[in-house]
Formats: sequence, C-alpha cells, structure tokens
Amino acid sequence: MAPPAQSHRSASPSQPSGKSEVSDLKSQLRQLAGNRAPGVDDSKRELFKKVISYMTIGIDVSSLFGEMVMCSATSDIVLKKMCYLYVGNYAKGNPDLALLTINFLQRDCKDVDPMIRGLALRSLCSLRVANLVEYLVGPLELGLKDNNSYVRMVAVIGVLKLYHISASTCVDEDFLATLKHLMLNDPDTQVVANCLSALQEIWSSEASTSEEASREREALLSKPVVYYFLNRIKEFSEWAQCLVLELVAKYVPSDSNEIFDIMNLLEDRLQHANGAVVLASIKVFMQLTLSMTDVHQQVYERIKAPLLTLVSSGSPEQSYAVLSHLHLLVIRAPYIFSEDYKHFYCQYNEPSYVKKLKLEMLTAVANESNTYEIVTELCEYAANVDIPIARESIRAVGKIALQQYDVNAIVDRLLQFLEMEKDYVTAEALVLVKDLLRKYPQWSHDCIAVVGNISSKNVQEPKAKAALIWMLGEYSQDMHDAPYILENLIENWDEEHSAEVRLHLLTAVMKCFFKRPPETQKALGAALAAGLADFHQDVHDRALFYYRLLQYNVSVAEHVVNPPKQAVSVFADTHSNEIKDRIFDEFNSLSVVYQKPSYMFTDKEHRGPFEFSDEHVNLSPGTESADTVVPAQRVDANDKDLLLSTAEKDEGRDASSNGSAYSAPSYDIAASQTQKESSISNSNIPGNTLPSSSAIDDLLGLGFPIETATTPTPPPLNLNQKAILDPGTFQQKWRQLPISLSQECSINPEGVASLTAPNALLRHMQSHSIHCIAQGGQPPNFKLFFFAQKAEESSTFLVECIINTSSAKTQIKIKADDQSASQAFSTLFQTALSKFGFP
Amino acid sequence: MISQFFVLSQRGDNIVFRDYRGEIQKGSAEIFFRKVKFWKEDGEGDAPPVFNVDGVSYFHVKVAGLLFVATTRVNVSPSLVLELLQRIARVIKDYLGVLNEDSLRKNFVLVYELLDEVIDFGYVQRTSTEVLKSYVFNEPIVVDAARLPPPGPGSIFMQGTKRMPGTAITKSVVANEPGGRKREEIFVDVIEKISITFSSSGYILTCEIDGTIQMKSYLTGNPEIRLALNEDLGIGRGGSSSHAGAVILDDCNFHESVHLDSFDVNRTLALVPPDGEFPVMNYRMTQVFKPPFRITALIEEAGSLKAEVIIKLHSAFSSSITANTVLIQMPLPSFTTRISFDLEPGAVGNTTDFNQANKRLEWGLKKIVGGSEHTLRAKLTFSQESHGNIVKEAGPVSMTFTIPMYNASGLQVKYLQIAKKSKTYNPYRWVRYVTQANSYVARL
Repeated sequence: MAPPAQSHRSASPSQPSGKSEVSDLKSQLRQLAGNRAPGVDDSKRELFKKVISYMTIGIDVSSLFGEMVMCSATSDIVLKKMCYLYVGNYAKGNPDLALLTINFLQRDCKDVDPMIRGLALRSLCSLRVANLVEYLVGPLELGLKDNNSYVRMVAVIGVLKLYHISASTCVDEDFLATLKHLMLNDPDTQVVANCLSALQEIWSSEASTSEEASREREALLSKPVVYYFLNRIKEFSEWAQCLVLELVAKYVPSDSNEIFDIMNLLEDRLQHANGAVVLASIKVFMQLTLSMTDVHQQVYERIKAPLLTLVSSGSPEQSYAVLSHLHLLVIRAPYIFSEDYKHFYCQYNEPSYVKKLKLEMLTAVANESNTYEIVTELCEYAANVDIPIARESIRAVGKIALQQYDVNAIVDRLLQFLEMEKDYVTAEALVLVKDLLRKYPQWSHDCIAVVGNISSKNVQEPKAKAALIWMLGEYSQDMHDAPYILENLIENWDEEHSAEVRLHLLTAVMKCFFKRPPETQKALGAALAAGLADFHQDVHDRALFYYRLLQYNVSVAEHVVNPPKQAVSVFADTHSNEIKDRIFDEFNSLSVVYQKPSYMFTDKEHRGPFEFSDEHVNLSPGTESADTVVPAQRVDANDKDLLLSTAEKDEGRDASSNGSAYSAPSYDIAASQTQKESSISNSNIPGNTLPSSSAIDDLLGLGFPIETATTPTPPPLNLNQKAILDPGTFQQKWRQLPISLSQECSINPEGVASLTAPNALLRHMQSHSIHCIAQGGQPPNFKLFFFAQKAEESSTFLVECIINTSSAKTQIKIKADDQSASQAFSTLFQTALSKFGFP
Repeated sequence: MISQFFVLSQRGDNIVFRDYRGEIQKGSAEIFFRKVKFWKEDGEGDAPPVFNVDGVSYFHVKVAGLLFVATTRVNVSPSLVLELLQRIARVIKDYLGVLNEDSLRKNFVLVYELLDEVIDFGYVQRTSTEVLKSYVFNEPIVVDAARLPPPGPGSIFMQGTKRMPGTAITKSVVANEPGGRKREEIFVDVIEKISITFSSSGYILTCEIDGTIQMKSYLTGNPEIRLALNEDLGIGRGGSSSHAGAVILDDCNFHESVHLDSFDVNRTLALVPPDGEFPVMNYRMTQVFKPPFRITALIEEAGSLKAEVIIKLHSAFSSSITANTVLIQMPLPSFTTRISFDLEPGAVGNTTDFNQANKRLEWGLKKIVGGSEHTLRAKLTFSQESHGNIVKEAGPVSMTFTIPMYNASGLQVKYLQIAKKSKTYNPYRWVRYVTQANSYVARL
C-alpha cells in the first residue's frame, strides 16, 4: 500500500478528508487492540502502515496515540518498529500519553533478543519528554554495560539524546565518565565512534560554563587519544574515519617527525572512493604542514590527482562538493594549478553551478603561458546557449585582461564580442571595454573605433548603457558622433528608467561640452533642464550641482568634472584575506561551498563540534603581511559578493613568499585556562608604569599624571580571562569606536628578538587575559589585534598593536567601550607586553 | 551530523520523512521544494546541491527522478552529507531492486526501517547493505521492472546483449527469486564515460575517460574475489616506463574493501565483495585514445535568408560492435524558422527534428554499426538577414550514445577469480563493458 497521492499533501487535520480517515482508523485500531486471534498482526500491519503514511505526508494522526499504544502489545517486530516510529514522532506533543509507552518500552529493554533491547532503548531515548527522564537513566546504564555491541551503540547515542532533554541529569548521573571509558576501551569501533561524537557535542556545549568540560574537550586532542584513534583508523567505517580525521586535523604535533608519521599513515586514505574521507584527509595534510612551506607545496601537488578523479567520478552533486574545495585551493595557490587549466574547461552538459566555479578557476590560473588558450576557450562559451554562462565567460575574459597577461590578444577578442549580434554579449563586452580603458587608456583608439559603430538602440541593459555613455563622454573628442548620440539619448530622457544611466548621461554630456562646446551646448541645456526636473533625488542634485558650477566658472567646472585621470592600476579586491583564511581553516565544511566563514551562516550553538578555537582564542594563521592586514570596514560590506575579483592574481603570487608566515594555530588553551591568577589589577603592578614608556609619555608631554589627578582614581581594572568576541563584532566595534589612546612603548629587546612568529606572544598575552583576534606580518614588522573584557561587565577593549622587532618598539592604538578605563587598560596592556620574554 | 532526511517526488510530495533531531521548524520540505523549483525560473540554472535558507542548510541529490534531501543547522562536511545521500539511495536500491517513485511508495515502511539503522540522532551508524540485512524485517515488495526501465548504468545492458538476463541487475539482494533458490552470480561492469572536444578542423582539443569498475554480487558466503587488470597498466603521468599500447591512467581510487597488496606487482585487486552494488575502482585517463566517433559539421550560407548544414558521422570501432541510442544535437541561429532535412537514401532508424523552442536540430539514430558513415543535410530558412559570422551563431554539435561491449581506454578485466568453496561451486560471472558519451562535442 502506498501513501495517498499528493492531493491533500498539506492537509491539516481540519480538512474533511483527513479527519474522517483518521477517525476511521481510530475505530479500526480499537477493534484490533485486544484481539489476539491468529492473523490479526497482518491486519494491524496494514493499519499501522496507513497511519505512518499519513504521518509522512503531514496529516496529524496524533489523536490515535492511545490506540496505537494499545495495539503495540505484540511480538511482531515489524509492528513494534512502526509503533516506535509513531511514538517517537508524537510523544513530545503528548507527554501524558507518552507515559503509557514507558511501560512496554522498559520491558522491551530487558528482552532476551539484543535487537529488541536496542530498538526499545533507542525509542525510549527518542521520546523527548522532559518529565520522563527518570525512566531513562536505568535502562541507559544497563545499555552501556550490555554485552551486545548493538545495544551499547544505541545506548551511547541515547546518552546524547538524554543530554538534549535534560543536560543536568546526564551530567549528574556521571554518564560522561562511562562514555569516556567506552571510547578508550570498547572493542566495537562504532561504539567508539559514537562515544566520540557524543562527547564532542556534549563537552562543546558545556565548555562555556564548565572548566572541566573544556579541559576534557581539549584532552581529546592529546597525543595518546589522537594516536589511539589513528592506530585503529582502518577498522572504523568510512563515516567514522571522517570523524577521526576531523579530530586529527586539530591536533598539533610536537615535531616534524610526528607530522611525517601521521602523513605516511594516512597516505592511502587519499585513494579512497569516498570523497568525504579524501577531503578529511586533505584537511589533515594541509593543517599539519602549514608551517612547513615546502612540504605544504608538495601536499598541493600530491592531492591534485585524487581531487580531479573525485570531481569526474560520482554524481554531479558529489563532484560539486569536491570541486568547491578544489576551487578554494586553486584560488589560494593558482600557480600550482596553472598547468592543469584544461581540467577546468566546462563541459556542455554540466550544471551551471559547476560551470561558474570552473570559470572562476580558469580566471585564477591564467598566466603568461596559458592565457591565449584559456581565452580562446572562454570565447567559445560566449556563444553558448546557456546565457548566464555566456555572460560569465565574457566577464572572465575581461578579468583575465585586467590581470595584464597578453592584453593585446584579449582586446581583439573583446572587440569581436562587440560585433557579435547578441545583445547580452554586446552588453557584457561594453562593460568590460569600459573597465579595460580605465586601466589601459592606450587602447582607446582601437576600442573607440569599434564602440562608435554600436547603435545605442541595441544596448538596453543599464550597466552596458552606462558604460557606453561613459565612453561617449570620455572619448568624445575621438568619436565623431558623440554629441549627436548623446543628444539623441537626452531627447528620450523620460523613457530612461535607470537612474544610473541618467546620472552617467549628465556627466557624459558635461565632458563632451568641455571638448566640443558648440556642438554640445544645446544638448547640455536640455540635459540640465531634464535633470533638474527629475524626480530622482541624486539625478536632480547632480544636475543642480553642474548647473551652479557652470554658472560660477566654466573652467573650474571642467576641472571638477573632467580632471586629467590616472589609469587605474588595481581594481579593489572584494574579499579580505582574513575571511579567506578563515574559510581555509574551515576546509571540508559548508564554509567552502558558501564561500563564507561559518559565523556568517550559523548560530553559535550550531557551529559544530570542531570549532574548538572559536570560543576561546581567535587565531587565524597569519598569512597577510603587516601592510595588508585588512581594515575591517570592507569586510561585511562585501559579504554577498564573494567572487574573487581582479586584484587576486598578484596575491596568488605573493602567497609563495608569504608561505613562511604560515604558523600552525596555537591550541594552548589549556595553559591559559588553568592559569587562574591571570586577573591583574592596577595596584599589583610594581612601580605602576615602566620607566621606558613613562619617559616617552613625558617626552611627548601627554601629561597623563595630570589627567589621573583631575579624575578620581578609577577602581582597579580586572579583566575577564575567558573573554569572548567574534571577529564580526570586533570589526564592527573597531569601525564604530573612536581611538581613545594611541601611544608608543618598548618591549623587552631579548624577548622580541626571538619573536620569529607571534604565537608565543599571543600565549603570553592570553595569560594576562588579553586575547588575540587576528595577526599577521613578517619580521621585523608584526601587526596584531587584541581584545579584552572587563571581568565584571561586558565592556570591551580593542587594541591594534604594531611591533617592530628590530627596534623593540611598539605602536598601540586602543579603543574602548568605556573610554574612562582606557588609560588603566593601556597600563595593563603595556605591563603585560613588557613582561614578554622574561623567564 | 544531519537533522532531517526526506525523499520528495518530482512534484514535491513527501514519500518518506524522518526527523532525527527535532531542531528544525516544520515545513522544511516545502521550503526546500519551493526554493529548488523557483531557482531555475529566476534564471540561475539548476539549484546547487547545497544551499542555505534562514540558517538551515539543505543538501540534495537527484536519483531516479527523486530528490533525496538532508537538512542541518551545523557546519558539516558537504561531501560527507552528499556521499551519504547517494549511499542511502544505493542501499535502498539494493533492497528494492528497482529504485523509483513507485517502488519507494510501495516499500516506504521498509525504507523507514533502513533509515532507523543508518542514522541515529543525525550521526551515521552504518550503510553496508550486508550489515543492515540482519536489522531489516520487512520483505521488499518488488515492482514490475519491465514496466519502467530502471535508471543508472544497469539499464544499458538490457537493450544490446540478449544473453544477459535483463532483470538480473534489478533484483533485490534480499528478496528470493520466485519459485527457486537464489542464483549464485556476480556482475562486474566496466563503465566508461567519454568527454571529448573536437576543434573545427577535427583535432582533439581535450579528451578524458572517466571509468568505473562496478560490482554487484549475489554470492552467498562472501567468497574472496581476485580481479586481474592489464598487467602493463600504468598509473600516474610519467610513472612506469610506458611502452606503446600500454594503458596509462592519470589516477584512480578504490572501494574500502579492496586490498591492494598485489596491485603494484601484477595489477590484481583482491576483495571480499559486500552484498549490493558498489564501485570497486574509479579511474580517470587523459592519455590520447581513439575516439569511437568522428564528427564533422559544417554550416554555410546559401543565398539570402538561407543556409545549409552538413553533419558527417564516422564510427571508428569494429564492425562487430553496435552503438545504440545515438542522438546528435546542434543549436542553430536564433532567427532560424524552418528546416528541411535530407537523409541519405536507404537510411533506416533515423529521426530528425527541429526543436522550435530552443532552436535546435536533433538527429537520432537507433543503431550504428562499426566502420560506417552517416550524413545529414539540412536546409535552413532564416527570418532575417545575418550580418555577422553565421558560424558564431550556431553550434557546437554535441552527441550522446551508448556502446555496449566496447571500451575506449583499453582497460581490461583479464580474469575474475572466485575462491572456491567446493568443486561444484561455479557461480555465474558476468564481465561487461560499456561506453557512453559524457560530453562529446565538435565545434564549428
């Protein structure tokens, strides 16, 4: 029997059909409830199936709860299973009735058949009713000790379910210790894997309130535990292997021998047919070798072939997931993939989400040697029947042109696009030619000849029209018809719906006027009149502005509207390095597919069991050099536009030299956690301020002593040692708050001399309750961002700190929620900094 | 970790719906379906397999016209979830024999049983058809396989080769054959998909073969199997000393159960095949090979408002082999209004069509024997004068086909050895080859 057809898919119980059928079922179930005649199970099966099928399509059959439970007294396992499924679905909404099921479930938990025991225990724990928790504890305890691995497997997940119903019961009954014991001792690998999943989930959610939990969670990353898992990895199912590999990726080995041992052990995982296993292994390889530039490069080479194989085997969906990761790597290190460009050619039958990724990859890998072929290929796609892809391809050609390789040949091709009789091709090409001219004005002659032949009537898309109008204004001296075309456009002012186009029209006619006044004067007058009457505020304002400017002085107006321009050398990058690094840190997760770090699309509690570093320290392995640390402003403005843009190329090449700045993320959370004495107060500081820094203060005549004298002495400042701040908030605050203090200070020269990578400093500062959120740079200049919070209230301090290791000088800028406390904080900060490097 | 799993029909009905964690609000299936449906209408092409709506990530794979969907709020590995969805579909197919809407509706209780064991509270427990057997009690209700051709590579064997029992590949691993004991047999299919692009002058611009050695075992007692491939098989570019004629794969990967101990020595794979269908090995080859078809296409203006298209097709494989279900398509200029086709005299099993909606010429050939040549001429009528280059307005020509008992890479299964339980034990073994077009394109 099949679920009823779709007609009443969204049927609510109020719908007549659904309702009458449910009450029908109710009476039939009643009749069968007490019946023990032979063959009755078969009729029950049919009825149960009907109930489940209604449940599936969304008809509310919860009113049958009593009858279903009554019918469940049976030894037929198929019936039992259907009943369990039903009960699990509706118990939460019917807590009173759910009590009815406890009895038979508890009895089944003691059945001789382990399968019945397991099934019953699973259903018992799935009831999700808080006041039935007391009935769970006993069966769970037995289940965890059961001699059958199936029952133990179910019981372990049962503990996790219990935790979600009542966390306190789960913790108080000491189930976690049992799970930990099972994890390290059970012979069945699925039991072990379930323990790991459950403990990670529980400890992660407990960690914010319990120090013990966060210690336990970190202990999962200790060498003995990680090695215990690694040594058995092949006994685990492929899914559990992924779990183990995720854990290993967070492990920080003590030396390079360890790193190579782990990589050798996992080498054959790269040949696994399951893409999830391969990607999880790649993540381990990537993370382990972050600080070893050469080996890291070799890892890229090694994983190329397996990734390409996964992309071309399997379903389009699977291959998309892998391709997204390959895309990330290509964008990160395009030079490594520049010879593999043919693999990124689009196939005509691929879905457009795949083609889009491939086009971006082709753009990224283009270099001196392959540009010609790549552009030739992209030009083929421009005639594609798939119009969005055709457009993307033309844009890709433009981006490559802006990357400065073989511009000559590309300009020719772009001009050919303009001559193609497809309006979307012309439109895209126009926009590109405009960008190209802004960067390479020397091409204007060739371009203008072709652009001049385009009839503006054939250009309808606002962006393209605006581009054409811009060129008409900019090159009006070279385009014979320019004033007349503009005039024509102005005549149709009222039919032009896009404000962007009208704005461009105003500017273009102005520019044209300065170059060819007699021919343009009439058009200019008409444009200004139309602009002044325009209902759009910006258009109106611009027209008024031009009008008054012209009234005031024509040559000044020319200087304002059409000043000599410099060619644009680099177009702004849309995506900060900070964000790219975070996405890379979250390799093998949705972040890669969405091209966003997880904090942008998940709630805090759902960030997954592996987000260890997130709540405590925010260390993104620094790859940016000091001068490219991103002023956070741009980041969220561009969240939506994650396409990599034109400036990409140069960075790609930088990556090789920057490689040495990779540093393994520090996981030294334990150290800071256990250090309970980390709250420093002002009064504890010997001598209050350092000689060096106070000397500078005096020198600069900043007069801080006076300031402290006039204001009442602030209470001692205590910092919260477990302060939490996500990068988004940091960026927002940094943008909003004014600088309350900016000064220079010194640090211990011996300490700083050993500062080849900032990680040691980060740990040091963290022990003073000052946390790093981002860092970058290479010797001798490092740039770090720190934050701290007051212990008593959620008042935050933000610090930008630039360290020059050769001069042992530091520049700090402090921003604070509570401005009055910033001086006290500054002192704390400098004291902490000055102690760095002293044993 | 996933939150929900459900299967939707093409029209968006829930066929099965399982909520594992109860953390996603009601109506997720409707939200998902509406999003997928309108994605295309918004001009964005197909919905990607993973997308996020209001903090909920939706994963889906399309199998046999059904949507297999998982949801989560957590930042999980997308590969893991998509592999899992594909695996669930395969396990269900192993049980039901045929996977389609009808069979799923008939067996939804069994599917719930499977889902209960495969995932618990969102965590994968096990996905092996074999292991699951002892936990699943519903008998599959087998649907009539002949009525609906099953999807997937298995179906291609049903047309060409008569000696193959057509229903074999669609039989459930658990259901007993009506009126008899289980037949001991094992299928090894070498399935290759060709992607190739010819330039306008007929040169090969890019070519790739993506192959899978797929196994489906109905052997009781799980005997060990040895599968020997070409001894001179090379792996990795610039790897072994390649002599002429050797097959060199770029790369390959293997199923969990495969032991590679002797693979490096004599290219033999040893494995104990689990029940059900699974890929033993996936491989990829970009070494130049002889393409099964050569296409040459031409479009020329023939006076005002007229043009002529000539497509020539040459089959370059042995005459003992026949290609099936050949279809050639070519996009034409958007201002094409009418076509008159001109086939060769004596052509049989040819169909020609002009698809007005998307301005595409379609030429179908039921069968093509090796070593033959076929030509299609078509006269086009335009509604407007073409100003630009007409060649840029048309093409490229693309082709789909299936060639049973042929593979282009040259990879061979030299022998298939089954560890014998007794002298009389002699199960049926089927080793079959098939080649399909993935992206087979000739530019103008």
